[in-house]
This record gives sequence, C-alpha cells and structure tokens, in this order.
Amino acid sequence: HYAAAQKQAEPAVLQPTPQPKDDFQEELVVRPLHSGDIYASFQFRTLWETDFMRGNKVSHYRLFPKSLGQVISKFSVRELHISFTQGYWRTMQWGQPYLPSPPGAELWVWFQDSVTDVDATWKELTNVLSGIFCASLNFIDSTNTVQPSASFKPLGIGNVTDHRFLRYATLPREIVCTENLTPWKKLLPCGSKAGLAVLLKSEKLFHSSFHSQAVHIRPVCQDWQCKTTSWELRQTLNVVFDLHNSGQGKREWSLFKMFSRTLTEACPLASSSKIYIDITDNPEQFELSPATSLLSQAMVLGDRRTFSVYDLTQQDTFGSVRSLNLLIRWKSTEGDMLRPLLHAERYVAGYGLQTGEIHTLMYNHHPYRSFPVLLLDSVPWYLRLYIHTLTVTSKGKDNKPSYIHYQPSKDRVRPHLLEMLVQLPPNSVTEVTVQFERALLKWTEYTPDPNHGFYVGSSVISSLVPSTVAMDTNSTRERPLFSSFFPCKEESSYFVRVYTEPLLVNLPTPDFSMPYNVICLTCTVVAVGYGSLYNLLTRSFQIEEPSPGLAKRIANVIRKMRGVPPL
Amino acid sequence: MAAPLTLLLVLAVTIRAALFRSSLAELIAERVEVVSPITAWKRVVEGLALLDLGVSPYSGDVFHETPLIIYLFHFVVDYAEITFMLADVITAVALYMAVKDYNKQVFRKQKFALEADRYPLDCLELIRSPKEIYLLNPFTILSCVAKSTCGLNNAVVALFIFSTIKGNTLLSAIFLCLATYQSIYPLTLCAPAMLYLMQRQYIPVNFRRASFWWFIAQYLFMYLGSLFVLICLSFFLLGSWDYMPSVYGFILSVPDLTPNIGLFWYFFAEMFEHFRLFFLCVFQINVFFYTIPLSVKLKEHPVFLIFMQLAVISIFKSYPTVGDIALYMAFLPVWSHLYRFLRNTFLVSCVLLACSTLFPVLWHLWIYAGSANSNFYYAITLLFNVAQILLVSDYFYAFLRREHHLTYGLYLKRKDGSEATLVLK
Repeated sequence: HYAAAQKQAEPAVLQPTPQPKDDFQEELVVRPLHSGDIYASFQFRTLWETDFMRGNKVSHYRLFPKSLGQVISKFSVRELHISFTQGYWRTMQWGQPYLPSPPGAELWVWFQDSVTDVDATWKELTNVLSGIFCASLNFIDSTNTVQPSASFKPLGIGNVTDHRFLRYATLPREIVCTENLTPWKKLLPCGSKAGLAVLLKSEKLFHSSFHSQAVHIRPVCQDWQCKTTSWELRQTLNVVFDLHNSGQGKREWSLFKMFSRTLTEACPLASSSKIYIDITDNPEQFELSPATSLLSQAMVLGDRRTFSVYDLTQQDTFGSVRSLNLLIRWKSTEGDMLRPLLHAERYVAGYGLQTGEIHTLMYNHHPYRSFPVLLLDSVPWYLRLYIHTLTVTSKGKDNKPSYIHYQPSKDRVRPHLLEMLVQLPPNSVTEVTVQFERALLKWTEYTPDPNHGFYVGSSVISSLVPSTVAMDTNSTRERPLFSSFFPCKEESSYFVRVYTEPLLVNLPTPDFSMPYNVICLTCTVVAVGYGSLYNLLTRSFQIEEPSPGLAKRIANVIRKMRGVPPL
Repeated sequence: MAAPLTLLLVLAVTIRAALFRSSLAELIAERVEVVSPITAWKRVVEGLALLDLGVSPYSGDVFHETPLIIYLFHFVVDYAEITFMLADVITAVALYMAVKDYNKQVFRKQKFALEADRYPLDCLELIRSPKEIYLLNPFTILSCVAKSTCGLNNAVVALFIFSTIKGNTLLSAIFLCLATYQSIYPLTLCAPAMLYLMQRQYIPVNFRRASFWWFIAQYLFMYLGSLFVLICLSFFLLGSWDYMPSVYGFILSVPDLTPNIGLFWYFFAEMFEHFRLFFLCVFQINVFFYTIPLSVKLKEHPVFLIFMQLAVISIFKSYPTVGDIALYMAFLPVWSHLYRFLRNTFLVSCVLLACSTLFPVLWHLWIYAGSANSNFYYAITLLFNVAQILLVSDYFYAFLRREHHLTYGLYLKRKDGSEATLVLK
C-alpha cells in the first residue's frame, strides 16, 4: 500500500476505468482525566462506496482490507461490531468512554435479510473472525449467543426490525494481548509504518489500566439525501494510561512517555490525520505544548468540549525537529469532573454453592430527570435463574419494569436472556435482583481450572440520557421567542451504553479423579440389588442336610463307583 | 377404628400446619433430599410465572411437571399448603381402607384354608393399618412441608391401590394411568393390578385360557384409553407437544445432575461420554426389569408384589426423594407378622437412621463449609440405597419363608429327627 501510494503521488491522467471512491481518515483524541490518568482514543475510518452484496465480485481492494471485505460478502453481513478489551472501564473515575466495550471479547452482527440459516452463518463467521484476529472466538456457540430484542439496534442505515438476523455473544474470559493487536494493525492501510499507527507499540499499550481495540463495520449514507451508500470501517483503540504505573507518579504526559514513539508524518493514504487534545480544563488544570492555534468545539456525551487540533498533514506541525511530541503538564489537581449521569454495578450475593442472587445496581445521577434504560442480561444455562424471584426496587419501593422479554435457557443449548425496560427515578439507585441455582455439570464440561469459577458476561445497559449541561431551563442567552419555548438545546439527550462488571461464580464440582471408582461402586450397589432379588426369585427353600466328613465323602465316591449304596 | 383414625389425622394436620408456619418450611423446601427437579415447588411457581409472562413453561429447562399440574395449580396456587395436606390425608385414608379390605379378604381365605399343620394365625390379627406410619413418618412430613409434588403422586398411587383392592377395574385403570402420566415408572404396577383383579374375579392365571387374555385386553384397553385422553388434554392446554420431551424425555434421559438420594446423579456426572447412552439404558431398564420375574414368583400374592414394585421404583428411579420412600414404608406394618423371619432389622434400621442424619451434615460440609467434597455425600447415598435394598430383600425373604412354612409346617425336622435349618438352594 505504501509503495503504491508513492507511485500515485505523480499526477494522474484520465483513467479509463472508474476508481472505487474510498477515503481514509485517522484521528487521535487525548483526554487528560481528573485522577491524573490519561485517556487516548485512536480512530481509523475507511469509507468505501461499493456494494458487497448483489453478487458482483469486488476484487480491487485499495484502502479497505480484503479479508474483511470478503467476510462481508461471503456471510452477507449488514453490520459487524467486534471488540477486545482488557480491563474494566471505571465510569465514576474516568467519565464516559467514547466507545464503550465490555471486558473480554464482544461480537454482535446484523445479517442481511437474504440469509436463510442465520445460526450456521453465525458459526462460520465466528470461526473465520477467530482466524483473522487470532482470538479464540471459536468458543462462541449456541450456549453463549443470544438474540436481543431491543438493546442492539443497527447503528448504520437500515430499518430492519426483525431480530432474527441479530446475534450477540460475549466471551468474558478472553484475554487480549499482542497476538490480537498485530492482525488488527495489519488491517490498516498504512499498517504500522506511517501515520498515527506508529504509536501503537504493544509493550506500552498493554502496560495500561484499560485497553480496548475494536472493529466496526456498517453501511452509511454518502450524502445527505442518502442516494448512495458506502461501507464504513472503523477501527478504534482506546487506552487509559495509569498515573502510577506508566506515569511514574508524575502528572506529566507526553506522546513519548505514553507510546515510546513520536510522530514524524501522517499516513500518505489518509485524507485527514489529526490529533485532538481535550483542553476544556486548560489553562487552569494543565498546560499543553507545543501550542497550536487550531481549535475545535464539539458536543461529546452531552457536554460541550473544546479541543486543540494538530493537523499532521501540514508540515509545520512537526516543526524544525521533524517530529511531534506533545507535552501535557498538570498544574493543579483541583477541580471536579462532570459526574456521569448513568452508572451501573453488579455483584453476586449469597453463600454456598447451591444458590445465589445476582444484584444489578443502576445509578441515575441526574438531579431532576428520570429516564428509561434497557437492561440486557445474558446468563449461562448452568446458573438457573428463577424469574419469579425478580425484584426491581428504586428508593426502597417496587419499580415494575414496563417491558420484560425473557427467554429461559435450555440446558447445554442456549443461555438465559432477560431484557427489561426500567424507568430510573432522578437521583436514585435502582436495584434489580434475581435468584439462581447452581447446577452440577458433567465432569467433562468443567474447564481445566474449575475452582477459578465460571464467568457471566457483563450486563448491557442502553439508554438515551438527558444531558445536564445542555439542558438550560432558564435561558440566559439572547434568542428569539419562537425558538425558546421548548427546552431543547443542541444535544439534549445522548445515547449511552454502560457495561457492568462480569461476574465470577463458583459451581459445585464432582471429584475429577473418580470416574472409574464411581462407576464400579454404583454398579456394585445395583448388583447387590440384582443379586439378592435373583437369589430369592430363582431358589427355593430346602432342608439342609449336614454334609458328611471328608473321609465319608471319599468313601461314598468309591462306593458309587463300585455300585454299592452310600453310607 | 374410625375414632383413632380421625385423632391421628388431626394430629398429623396439626404437625404439618405448625411446620408450614415456622421458618423451617423454606429450609426444608430447598433440601435436595426432599425435592428433586421434577417435584420441587419452586419450579412449579416458576412455571406459573413463566406462563404469566407469556412464555411457555416448557421452553426452558426449569419446569418438568405435567400440564395437569399447571391446570391444577393455576387455580389453587394460593391454597397450596391445604392441597398438599389434603393429598397426604387422602393417601393415608385410601391406604387405610385398602388394607382393611385386604385384611378381610386374607382372613377369609385363610379360614377356608384352615387345615392341619398351620402355625398360629393370631399373628395376622396384630396387623396395624398403614395410616399411622404414613402420616407420622418424618419423611412424609418433610415432603409435605416442602410442598413437593411427590405427595400428589403418592395420593394417586394410593387411590389406585384402594380401587384395585376394592375390585373396581375401571377406576384402577384410570388411577394407574394418572400415576403413569405423572412419572413413567408406575407402569410396572400394571402387572400386580391385573393379577389381583383376576384373582378377585376368579380368573385363573393361565396362558392357555382365553379368559386370561380377554381380561388383559380389557384392562389394557381401559388403561391405554385413559392415557390417550390425558395426553390429548395436555396437548390442548398449551397447544403443543413441548411437554413430552420436557417431562418424559427429562425423566428418561436424566440431563439434570442435581444431587439427590438416588444413584443416577453422580454416576452420570462421572460417566465417560462414550458410554453414557448405554448406561442410561441399563439403569432405566433396571427399574422395569424386575416386573416379570417378580410377577411370576408372586402371582398368588399381588399385594406383596405391589409393595415390591413400589420399593424397586423408589430405589432405582432417576430422581428419588424421601416422599417415594415414605410410600413403600407405609406398607411395612401390613407385613408386621413377618417380623419373626426378618434377619437384618437391626442393621438396616441403624444404617437408615444414620444415613438420614448424615445427609444434611455432609451436604453442608460440601456445599457450604467447603471442607468435604462430593464423594462424602455420594458415599452416604450408596449406603442409604444398600440399606433400602437390604430392607426390601429381607422382607421378600421373610415372605417367601412364611409361605414355605405355611405349606410345609413351621417346625421342620430333618430325616434323623433333629431340628432342621432352612437354606435357599
């Protein structure tokens, strides 16, 4: 790709064949967090105006990776979202992430209407993705796949409402390492040789509190009338560097300290390559160097943030040293963060290995607004949920959900699926509890470390949260009356998805060294029953004659041979 | 005998009501020895809750009761405690009247057969009816307080026994069909029922006689007809055949390995996958396998055959509970005249008592304290089942011995005139 880009730098004459219109953009957003940690979010987006469906074989791939293009056309995928995360996002300390993801691996896919056997296609797709990303996605099977009915609507265009074509699965036990980062980087047009991807070095990236890499594929509109659609591929990487671990306790961050690299050039294939530093708290909290005059404002998660922009396609960004090393130095540690409005926790209550209770706590920190949330819970079959014990309480009172979709599990076939629409009252904690019973599995169904426990995937809480900052009830700005009656500002509510912690649950185990002994002992007991009944059924009572002594018996034998009556 | 019976009933109902109101009720309802995945009350409530949510109770793997139970408890779920106490009372009363009737017939038969060389028959007069032992048996009380649907099964079986002994063929077939519909194993009680009814109607049990086959055909027709009606009724409840794999497939294929007092759970938890189907078939055939040999041996004593069959079912079924044991133990006083021929009473009673107390202890150590493992509980299961097998075979031995004495005389002498000993050869 790099060599081809160099060749294409020459002026091009009229081409006889029309080139597929594709576009690549890369971006890095750095947000200093109040706890002293730093949050870096990479996004690489490829837009390609092509049609993978309708049978026309697409063979000329330029910026779009061929492996993913083939996956889309072979499995008739409409949308694909896959993420690999190491660590748990601490909402209360770090705020809301730009792209949330649960610990472990998560994969959800919308298939096209033309797919006839969705389950078989899903199985093949997971195995192919397992090969592409070097992850053990082949452990995704019917026992951890669900079909959510409301929580995962398509993020691209498409007005499909038939949830038969949606599949969602998580592997909370999946570990993310360099082996997963390398194929992910290979999908980028510039690889890891130019542009922002040179910063992605695994020895620093995995030495962090939180690391998440994801791939999102969806169809989007090309123009505002949506006459043409194109395929969007987004590769995102979110990482949070810890103040004490990576920062050595000093509240001072630079690109070199975070990634052990500096930037020298943009990716030549990219139409835009920018770095955004969130400077809403600047200059009171921290100072940024080298300074830049480019500023940008954006509404992110219900909050108006200001960003300093560094355009890597401009040569003067790199200065005289031909390399860009941003420095962020904290000046003070005061100031508080905007408290996230929606937050959730989950834990297992109870004692012993027979029963237990799952408690999910959902916090609504909005001062005066209540809003509904969709809670999706997928519990493996070996924790038998009792839905008649489901209770939802807010502020100590019963809070009945307005919509419950429950699909009970079938042993060894599918997990439980519980989806609820719960209204969270303002400034309150809502607690959802449900009791379960732990099953005893066959000895071959346990993992090699059975006493580690079994993982239950994170709950997903999706909601449209009303924003506090944008909601301004007494408008102090100058505005004409015709536009200021209804309380509606630029973005009065925003979509938030919160993932809870995964659970680790112990199950009772049989003794793994005993199969032969157990079979023998139980068959012995059955044989005792059989033997005694057989004896009593086939024999009858007789008077016992005492047996004569040995000498007499031998004499009797001899007498029998002689033909003489015995003694 | 009506006054002692009512007194006993009042006492039993009081004990159960007291336990229902106490905090022990919830504790007992969770014990795995008392409830099993097919009989647990928690699962019945769960099934009804699923029905309220609009989901078929059989779409999951939590509810394994028959649709008739849904029918029944849809209306009486608020009066569940009264229902179970009533079931116990019905069982006790049915058994009492059945045994009273049986005793009358036995006495009549023996009066006719009074010849020389009969040993004192006054032992027979000491028969106590089974009502006491059934109602006051701690196993029954536990089963009732846990609201295990085993109590309902026992009531149906008791009604079947009562109608068989009374000689009512149609009712006997209907109740047997209900019992089979609930759990498949009472199918083996067909043979003793037919034998008893044939005996009562003086039809000789002879393969060459047409009347024998004609009676069997009649009984089977009534039985299969009512079974067909029940199955169709169940289909119309939820409009699908989902309940068949959920109920019968579950009983036969044992997918749920929740520990209980039976032999299946640990065996299939530790089974090599390759042999699972083979051993499953072996264990299930084991329950039905003793029917024909026992019927051949005991064709003149069908009531004892019923007892033997009930015992075999309770020991070897896939999900036994203490309620099943209580049912066949209710019959033990009927054979109290066999006491002098029993050989292992002390051993068996000690082992049963010890195991009953050790079950909750070792369960606690395994599940809650974490200081024991599943082998401890499994060992007690094995011991308990061995003790039960010993008990049943002991009674069988005593019964056969008594029959032998009835024919050959009680005090037997050897050829040389000295006291003889009897052995099985």
